[in-house]
Amino acid sequence: MKYNVDENGYYGKFGGAFIPEMLYPNVEELRQNYLSIIESPQFQNEFHQLLRDYVGRPTPLYLAQRLSEAYRAKIYLKREDLCHTGAHKVNNTIGQIILAQKLGKKKIIAETGAGQHGVATATVCALMGMPCVVYMGEIDMKRQKPNVERMRILGADVVAATSGSRTLKDATNEAMRAWISDPVGTHYIIGSVVGPHPYPDMVARFQSVISEEIKEQLSEVEGRTSPNYVMACVGGGSNAAGAFYHFLDDQDTQLVAVEAAGKGVTSGESAATTALGKDGILHGSRTLLMQTKDGQVVEPYSISAGLDYPGIGPLHAHLFDSGRGTFFSVTDEEAMMAGIELSRQEGIIPAIETAHAFAALKQMSLKPADIVVINLSGRGDKDLDTYIKWGNY
Amino acid sequence: MNRIEQLFRDKKSDILNVYFTAGYPKQDDTLAVMKALQAAGTDIIEVGMPFSDPVADGPTIQASNQVALDNGMSISILLKQLVSMRESIDVPVVLMGYLNPIIQYGLERFCRDAQACGVDGLILPDLPMAEYLSEYKSVFEEAGLLNIFLITPQTSEERIRLIDEHSQGFIYMVSSAGITGAKSDISEAQKLYFERVNNMLLSTPKLIGFGISDHQTFSTACNYAEGAIVGSAFINLLRDNPDYIQRITPFVKSLKEA
Repeated sequence: MKYNVDENGYYGKFGGAFIPEMLYPNVEELRQNYLSIIESPQFQNEFHQLLRDYVGRPTPLYLAQRLSEAYRAKIYLKREDLCHTGAHKVNNTIGQIILAQKLGKKKIIAETGAGQHGVATATVCALMGMPCVVYMGEIDMKRQKPNVERMRILGADVVAATSGSRTLKDATNEAMRAWISDPVGTHYIIGSVVGPHPYPDMVARFQSVISEEIKEQLSEVEGRTSPNYVMACVGGGSNAAGAFYHFLDDQDTQLVAVEAAGKGVTSGESAATTALGKDGILHGSRTLLMQTKDGQVVEPYSISAGLDYPGIGPLHAHLFDSGRGTFFSVTDEEAMMAGIELSRQEGIIPAIETAHAFAALKQMSLKPADIVVINLSGRGDKDLDTYIKWGNY
Repeated sequence: MNRIEQLFRDKKSDILNVYFTAGYPKQDDTLAVMKALQAAGTDIIEVGMPFSDPVADGPTIQASNQVALDNGMSISILLKQLVSMRESIDVPVVLMGYLNPIIQYGLERFCRDAQACGVDGLILPDLPMAEYLSEYKSVFEEAGLLNIFLITPQTSEERIRLIDEHSQGFIYMVSSAGITGAKSDISEAQKLYFERVNNMLLSTPKLIGFGISDHQTFSTACNYAEGAIVGSAFINLLRDNPDYIQRITPFVKSLKEA
C-alpha cells in the first residue's frame, strides 16, 4: 500500500484537482514546477537557513517526565509551539513564499480561520516585502480580533468573507475567487494539506521537517528512529501531515490522529470529519467531507477555531480509509482539561487545537516501554480568552 | 439529434442562453420561470443546481444559491419538477452545477433521471478534463447528455484545442479573468481575446458568458461568438421584482433589441 501522493495527485481514491477552468493555469503552473523548485539546492539552502535563523529550528524534542509518569509511557513532545509566531504554520508559509518568489509572483493571498495561518502568512510577507491579502470569515474576525490586528500590524490587508457561513470554508472560497479574478502574478498560500493537487503534497513536504527532526532527535536520545506512536491533532491536518510524513511507510510507528468532537460526535455540533464525513469534493479535492444527504457542505463546530474545517486533507482521508492511521475524537471539555493538565504537569499552556492531541492519551492503551511522540503544534497564548471563558481551572 | 446540436445547426448567431438558479427566488416556480423564458424567445435555458460553496460564482449567484438552499431546493426536488417539462419546453435545457451534490445523488442515477426529464447538456465547472475522460464521459454519453467545457482568457492555445476536441454542443467562453457577475461594458482587451480565439477557427460553437448584462454587452459578445450567456443580470431581475414572471419577456426583449 502506498500512503504518499501518486503522480496524478491522488492518495488512494482521495485528492486530485477538481478546480474550475479559471484556476487551471495557476494550479498547473504550480504542479509543473513545485518539485523541481523545492528539490533544487538553492531553494533548500534558503528554506533551511530561514527555518534555522528566523523560525528557530530545529525545535526541541522534549521528554515530558511528569506526563510520562502520569500515563506510564515515555512521552516526548515535539515543540512546534516554540516556532516563531507560536505554531508550526510558519514552516509552510516560509516554504511557499520562497516558491512564490521563484515563480516570479508579486502578491500573496491566503485564507485563515482562527488567524494563525493568516499571521504566519502576513509574517513572511513582511519578511520578504510582498503585499499580502488575507481572507477571513466575518464571524471569525469578530471571534479572533487580536489575530486580525496582528495581521494588520504586520502590514497585511484583512478582507472579510461575508458569503455563506462566514467562517473558514467561506474564507477559502473567497481566496479562490480572488485568485480567479487576479490570476497573473498572484500566489495563493493555502494553510493546510487541503485544496487541489499539488497543494496537499506541497504543504506536507514543507511541514515534513517536523518528522525529519523527530527521527534525528529520537535517534540521538533513544538510539532508534521509530517511536511506537506519533500523535497529532487534525483539522485540515497540516501539523499531523508534517509529524507523520517520514513515518508513513514505517510500520513500526502507529500514526494517531485526533479530531475535534466539539460538543460530542453525535451532538450536531462537531468537527469529527472521519466519524461524520462521507466521500465528497470541496475546495478542489476529493476527500471525506461533512455534508448533508444532498451534498451541501455542513458547517462544523469546535471550541478550537483551527480544527473546525468540514473536510480533512486527502492524505488523512486515505490514512483513515486504509487503516494506516488510528483516528480518535475528543470533545471540547476533554481538550480543555488536557490543556490544563499539560499546563500543570509540564508548565506548557498549549493551543486548544494541540490540547486535543493530549486529550487522546486517555484513550490509548500504552505500555511502559512505549515511546510516544506528541506534536505540540502550537502555544496557547492566542487562546487565553477561551481558557478564561471556559474558566474551569 | 440532441436539441443543443440542432439549435447550433439551425441558428448561427445571436443565440441567447439565460441562466437562473433552481429554487430561486421560490422553490416551486422553476418551470414557470422556464416557460416564461421560452415564451420570451430564449434559445437555451441553463438551470443552476444550488450548492453551498459555488466557488466560480460571484456575489449575485452565490446569494441565489443560498436562498434556494434555504428554500429546501435539492437535485432530487429539481429533477421531480422537471420530469414533465418536455410537455411545454422545446428549447434546449442545460443543467449547471458543482460536482459534490451530483456525487451524493449518484452519478449514474443523476444522468438517468436528467435524461428522463429531457435535459440536453451539463456545465460542471469543477469537473476536470482527465476525470471527465476516464470516469464521466461514457456515463454522460449513455444518457445523451452533452458536456460543456469552459475556456478563459488565461487558457493556453494548446488547451483550447483540447477543449475544442472534447466540449460538446458549445464552448462556454468566459469573458474575463473573474467570477460570474453583471458588468456594463466589454473592454478592448476582452475583444482582443475574443478575436484571438476566433482566429483559431474552432470546430465547436462558442457562447460568451460572465459580465453579459444588457443589449450592449450582449450584442458586442454576439459579434465574436454564436451567442452569449446572461446570468447575474437575470438573477437581479428575479430578486428585485415580486412580479418577475411578467417582467421576463421585456427583460429578454431588452437584451435582444436596442
